[in-house]
Amino acid sequence: MTRRELFLGFFKLGALAFGGTGPISRAIIVDDRRWLDDAEFASLLGLCQALPGANTCNLAVMLGDRFCGAAGAAAALAGLLAAPLAFLVAVASLFTTFSTLPDVRAALYGATAAAAGLAIGTALKMTARIPFEPLVVLLAVAAFVGSALLRLPLPLILAVLVPTSFVFARARR
Amino acid sequence: MKDDLLLQIFLRFAGISLLAVGGATAALPEAQRQMVGELHWLTGAEFAETFAIAQTSPGPNVIVFSLFGWRLAGLAGLLAATLGIMGPSSLLAFAAARTMRRAGEAPWLARLKKALIPLAIGLMAANGYVLARGADSGLIATFITLAAAAFVALSPRSPLWAMAAAAALAVVASRLGLL
Repeated sequence: MTRRELFLGFFKLGALAFGGTGPISRAIIVDDRRWLDDAEFASLLGLCQALPGANTCNLAVMLGDRFCGAAGAAAALAGLLAAPLAFLVAVASLFTTFSTLPDVRAALYGATAAAAGLAIGTALKMTARIPFEPLVVLLAVAAFVGSALLRLPLPLILAVLVPTSFVFARARR
Repeated sequence: MKDDLLLQIFLRFAGISLLAVGGATAALPEAQRQMVGELHWLTGAEFAETFAIAQTSPGPNVIVFSLFGWRLAGLAGLLAATLGIMGPSSLLAFAAARTMRRAGEAPWLARLKKALIPLAIGLMAANGYVLARGADSGLIATFITLAAAAFVALSPRSPLWAMAAAAALAVVASRLGLL
């Protein structure tokens, strides 16, 4: 693995990740580049979610450092941000004209609805690809209910579920 | 005092960076409290519009902070904002990665890694649910959400195909007057 490969992999991820980075991260890191398998990806993503900062940026830093040290972390993060920042500045400059076009509004409407489905489908796919254990499903459902239905603050969800999951991780062996 | 503003942007965003457990979206209420309520850098409407613009871009949601910087102080503002919001959390992730590598195959680490898997899955699904609730509702949106979920769960193809098909479908529906 070279810094160049890291930069290009994360550049692709950043450029393609419309409507949320989670599903595209998995598609690129697990399916496309085969840097990690589903279980490794889920555990690293879980750690990135528990740390402050954007999950995908943390993922870039941690994977970059794992494969190529500090320079790799910088290369991965720069790759991830390059396309979105360029796009953002372009869109911000054109937004007033652009956002009123009916086709653009409709496309955004469709893409937003699809982005929601992609996140749900990716969660299902990850569940199917890791060894099945009832407790894993139960804890995943608990995280979902706490975050999506009860709208609890994430630090609270993590404070309860990480230790719980940690205790059961031993019990399961 | 433009340099002063850049430093302010950097320091404020660096502080918010460490509060953003769960990503940028989790830190937005606090960012709004500071930038709109306390500092009067933006009005509430400007804040919401900036967020909407950032949503149209690919990449991590956190780049909305870069756009705040751009609005406040142009390109230099964008750089100060990006360094601020990325710096502290990235250093922390870096330190965590190094600590984990030093711990090697330590049993506690293997256990922690295993313990985090269900949380990642549950929170990914929750993110989708919240997005679906936040998007404009309606029969077509619900259909697109369910179809996209089924596509990504069942097909090995890139999720982008679902995004592209959904955007195209919505354009057709709007041309036919169904939206």
